[in-house]
Amino acid sequence: MATLDVERVRALIGEDLLGDRSSHGDTAFVVRRPGIRRIAQALRDDATLQFDMLMDLAGADRSLLPPKDRIERFEVVYNLYSLWNGWRLRLCVPVPEADPFVDSVHDIWKAADWAEREAWDMFGIRFNGHPNLKRILCHHEFVGHPLRKDYDRTRGQWLSQLDTLEDELEMAHDRERETLRAQGNDPADSNIGERMLLNIGPSHPVTHGTLRVLVELEGEIIRTAIPEIGYLHRGFEKCAEKGSWNNVVPYASRLNYVSSLANDVAYVKAVEKLCGIEVPDRCKYIRVIVTELARIMDHVVCNAANLVDLGALTNFWYLFTVREKIYTIVEKLTGIRLTTAYTRVGGLSHDLYEGFEDEVRAMLKEIVPFLQDVIGLVKKNRIFMERTVGIGKISAEDAIAYGWTGPCLRACGVPLDARKRDGYYFYDTFDFDVPVGENGDSFDRIMVRFEEVFQSIRIIEQALDRLPGGPVNTGNNKFTLPPKKELFRDIEPLMNHFMIVMFGTPVPAGETYDSFEVPNGELGFYLISDGKGKPYRMRVRPPCFYVYQPYVHIIKNGMMADMAAILGSLNIVAGELDR
Amino acid sequence: MGVITPGQSDGVPVLTTTLQQALDWARKNSLFPIPFGTACCAIEFMGVVGPTFDISRFGAEAVRFSPRQADLMIVAGTVVYKMAPVLRKIYAQMADPKWVISMGVCASSGGFYDDYCTLQGIDQVIPVDVYVPGCPPSPDLFLDALMKLQQKIDSDRRLKFA
Repeated sequence: MATLDVERVRALIGEDLLGDRSSHGDTAFVVRRPGIRRIAQALRDDATLQFDMLMDLAGADRSLLPPKDRIERFEVVYNLYSLWNGWRLRLCVPVPEADPFVDSVHDIWKAADWAEREAWDMFGIRFNGHPNLKRILCHHEFVGHPLRKDYDRTRGQWLSQLDTLEDELEMAHDRERETLRAQGNDPADSNIGERMLLNIGPSHPVTHGTLRVLVELEGEIIRTAIPEIGYLHRGFEKCAEKGSWNNVVPYASRLNYVSSLANDVAYVKAVEKLCGIEVPDRCKYIRVIVTELARIMDHVVCNAANLVDLGALTNFWYLFTVREKIYTIVEKLTGIRLTTAYTRVGGLSHDLYEGFEDEVRAMLKEIVPFLQDVIGLVKKNRIFMERTVGIGKISAEDAIAYGWTGPCLRACGVPLDARKRDGYYFYDTFDFDVPVGENGDSFDRIMVRFEEVFQSIRIIEQALDRLPGGPVNTGNNKFTLPPKKELFRDIEPLMNHFMIVMFGTPVPAGETYDSFEVPNGELGFYLISDGKGKPYRMRVRPPCFYVYQPYVHIIKNGMMADMAAILGSLNIVAGELDR
Repeated sequence: MGVITPGQSDGVPVLTTTLQQALDWARKNSLFPIPFGTACCAIEFMGVVGPTFDISRFGAEAVRFSPRQADLMIVAGTVVYKMAPVLRKIYAQMADPKWVISMGVCASSGGFYDDYCTLQGIDQVIPVDVYVPGCPPSPDLFLDALMKLQQKIDSDRRLKFA
């Protein structure tokens, strides 16, 4: 794979280039605010570069960083990805506090719509030209911007009543009237404003969590849908700033609580990139094994819940038996079933227990019949097919524009898998396939997940065969706690232990973005460290956030009952969506 | 429960009890839970209902998603300020007598989310009968809480005739 043509990027940015912030193998440029729309358009449309995906857009408050790292108080960070080349690029746009305005790029990358709303909500950065710049995670009565450094972490604000969403409904009606006028029809003849309103969520069984959708129905057909999220926004990014780098691991476990182990690994991998440390091979293989176990659990729970939505309860019992078998091993390994916090910066919390390999091998053999039974029950089942084939379709172009990753994107036929492409943790040496769908409908998404479970089983078996001996932590005592035995014998380990416990892991100052393929797609971490032992800014790129964004467009003009089935196939986990 | 007295009514065994005891017994062994699931604990609650731990052994497997059909609310997961009005409204829609189990530390006290958006304990909004610690609690811990609640219902003076 060719490397990114940095000179070409520089030429495209031209006179708007303010500085080069490339480090840790990332390419990053600071660009002037007025040029961002031009640069975004040029980068996306350039025939060689083709930055067709906006992986993430986030704000940052740099007010407490040393002056050399601070051009203005705020910064908007664009993480771009070129799908066909596999290149990444980061653009940072400094924004002054007195005049916090940036041009919106929501029409260049559709993914920017919600991300810009979040940057407004969290930092108070405004985006010119954004059609609906209102709060997204905090409630509508919230005052202030919580991720600013001067907002007290513990200052909560009560909400007296829920947002009626009337403003967004009115906007949707206006859009519809415009479309009708453009078609030569009179909007007065239509039934806009007279249709039945139905509020679904935020506590509703079909939403599997805390999602709210306001729909307008014409019979059983959904004509308008307005989403609202943030009902599980529990301040991950603010909490991450309060403790040491290792203190964030438990928070990371609770991002996507169905596959905690994968999140643990994703987070520490990003921090290790920032530190520039390499973990031992045994640690890498163990991380691969636990990640793939998490992938199996995630896909199994997702499909089980989705099949219940379709009325197929039997499969739930079969698939939950699979989940319980894995949980038994996870509990034995980490001490807890769900929220594992198994990794540490520079290694793992502890090594595998004796007999782990044999138990996993036996368990993998046991679960296969359950999976085959369920697939046998549903794959050619007429009711199942009528509820899923051709339902909830999205085109590959749209999915890319909205920043989809993971099985949902692969179901559209795009074989993007960071494990294959980036090849971290020896993934490039494992023999496994990346299943892809054809139509991008619910059926494909469910089947891609089932197939990925079998591929994960293959990966685990190979990793167990190759699992080397040796330590699981890096020998670098600056980053990992020394063994207890040495602690009581020598002064140096004791000092290292003291330093790590009292002052946190000494992550050097700098910033980086790292991505990891978790079951739901690309989980990315954009980290800024000021070298003081605590994360200065931690931005998580949640795959669900970008997958959920076009959901209301997918369900529009579909049946009410399919809404639940489509939502289940997207696998939206509220903990990760709202953070 | 009362005494079995054989021989009465043509040899059919008869059970005698007081109406009070019969009511208490029925009430505590046929709880209809409504899961107010928001986060990780809701996933673990699925495990409680699932085949391995099987909540139906305690007569509480008939999960109802309408508050009007339920008498036990299980708040499983973090409740944030944005969600608090919803929680209150759903609790108000349940018919008396009703009970609440607060599952996990987030619901009980906010847990380690001591920040601007998380409600520091649902008891600021609705009354709670049993608090279950754990993050998330293991299913056996939850079943223990359910048994504690059954004891509480059994001895609840508000539900007595006299």
